[in-house]
Amino acid sequence: MLESAETELAAAAGAGTLAGMEPTTTDGTRKRRLGVVAWIAIIWLVIVVGAAILAPVLPIKDPINGYDYLNTKAGLFKAGHIFGTDDSGNDVFSRVIWGAQASLLIGVGSIVFGTLIGGFLGLFAGFKGGLADTVISAFFNIFLAFPQLVLALTLVSVFSPPGTSSARWSHRIAIVILAVGIVSIPILGRITRANTLAWSQREFVMAARAQGATDMRVMFREVLPNVVPAMLSIALLSVAVVIVLEGALAIFGLSIPAPSPSWGNMIESQISNPDSAPTVWMVPSALILLTVLSLNYLGDVVRARFDVREAAI
Amino acid sequence: MEAIIRRLIQLVVVLVIVTFFTAILSALLPGDPVKTIAPFATDQQRAEIRNTLGLDENIVVRYGQWLGNFVRGDMGREYAGAGVQGPSVYGIVKTSLPRSLLLMVYVQILTLLIAVPLGIYTAYRAGTRVDGIANGIAFGLFSIPAYVAATLMILFLSVQHHLLPSEGWVAITPSPLEHFKHLVMPVLAITIGQFAIYARLLRTDMVATLQEDYILMAKSKGISDSRILWRHALRPSSLTLLTVAGLNVGSLISGALIIEVIFHLNGIGYQLQQAIATRQYIALQDFVAVIAIVYVLVNFAVDALYRILDPRIRGARIG
Repeated sequence: MLESAETELAAAAGAGTLAGMEPTTTDGTRKRRLGVVAWIAIIWLVIVVGAAILAPVLPIKDPINGYDYLNTKAGLFKAGHIFGTDDSGNDVFSRVIWGAQASLLIGVGSIVFGTLIGGFLGLFAGFKGGLADTVISAFFNIFLAFPQLVLALTLVSVFSPPGTSSARWSHRIAIVILAVGIVSIPILGRITRANTLAWSQREFVMAARAQGATDMRVMFREVLPNVVPAMLSIALLSVAVVIVLEGALAIFGLSIPAPSPSWGNMIESQISNPDSAPTVWMVPSALILLTVLSLNYLGDVVRARFDVREAAI
Repeated sequence: MEAIIRRLIQLVVVLVIVTFFTAILSALLPGDPVKTIAPFATDQQRAEIRNTLGLDENIVVRYGQWLGNFVRGDMGREYAGAGVQGPSVYGIVKTSLPRSLLLMVYVQILTLLIAVPLGIYTAYRAGTRVDGIANGIAFGLFSIPAYVAATLMILFLSVQHHLLPSEGWVAITPSPLEHFKHLVMPVLAITIGQFAIYARLLRTDMVATLQEDYILMAKSKGISDSRILWRHALRPSSLTLLTVAGLNVGSLISGALIIEVIFHLNGIGYQLQQAIATRQYIALQDFVAVIAIVYVLVNFAVDALYRILDPRIRGARIG
């Protein structure tokens, strides 16, 4: 599933698609200002992330034990619930905010993990070359021989088997972050490596070396800053992919265990009977859609601005 | 040819590593693996499971045993409780894998049927409003998770209007109509997230092709636009489509697995979910191995086809 971030990056690389429509001046150079859509995307993400972080202090109902027995399966704006209630009368608005916390924690946590490890491996392989490069690249390629969803499913189901005591919230969320993070390492690593290869050949790197800079200094002070835009762009796309992937894990019963909410398990809980309490799955679906669109768009903007290519050799 | 042989050797190495990983999966279970697999079994049954899993052997021996059985089609049996013999895993794979493959073939066909005309048309009209709108819609559809598209369709087409059945698999032989009625929603749900990528790449490729001299030549000979687009400009882009198809195998498989669970299609994805939910780790490691092998083989096939179609590609793979 994560491969789709890579495919998308490849698709966008030559396409000059959506972000390519951002304002350009008459002589063809890009304006430094962000377009309106980019600002909308940023504002949306700030709202979602803010709500997720502030969930414990926001004046919202208890998402798990806040039963409103008299108003179960209430629709939009019914009985004082903005987004209605679910089958047991819990407030959907409160559940999507707490769900945002779980979903974003998984999305951001796993990609930060993957970017740190994959990024370092890619930087090292691309910069050192030789044996280190061969070994690390082989490692990436073998990992990529598993379909990513299957690898993630397998890791979670082995290290946090469903129906056992190790399937508690904190344990499960840690395992999911680690599993998805591991799965994302080769994709994030490969892109970092390709870009490092390109930048390591540049004159200023040679100049730094000629002045006697150590490998470490050249790698982190000269090459890394130039590779960051590529890493950022693929990381943004990957967070979007993982937010969707969390729902897929939920469908296999491997996301946050009920009754704690995540966007994915809220949708999953209603799939077999989508007409019973439609807001329970429609609201998190809409939130996933808007968040994914925002992240994809911003990833595209970063890519277009810094002219990132999948393989910038 | 030499490159294909080299890839073949790589293929074998990757397959060995992939199956090795899956074969030792059950050993990675926290605590006593047998307890997790069969929590209420008698000591004698536990010993039996321990024996089939080869948990007393070292990892290499265990892999050897597993591989030997696996290639002979013996994938063990599911654990079914005290004194009961569970269904054979090979039997499950034999019925469910072809269904998953057929589902993926349908998705691939529908994706191309939508993406190719769309890609050609947006390339032809590049830079116009139609192009922009089509691009925006494709980008939006691409962001809809398959499971959300599936749930929406189930709500409107099954629950509210009773137009299509929402679950189950019907074989094509007795009634093709029922077969396709059961598969319309699953196939559409996966395709919605797929075709945008194909269309986008094809468009980019064709925009470049349309500026070639031979296209100008064709135009000056008075050949009609549609003939130029379909006969002259599309052909060189077929390699691009193949590249995307290769890159996309992973998301295609993932999509099929998820959708099978939602629509109870009893393919390998549905079986995978059942195995996870009931902690059938013997079955699970075989399913994972089978899926990984299919993935590796399809990727290899795409790569080989690519080399055959385009002799310029020797060393590097474009992607």
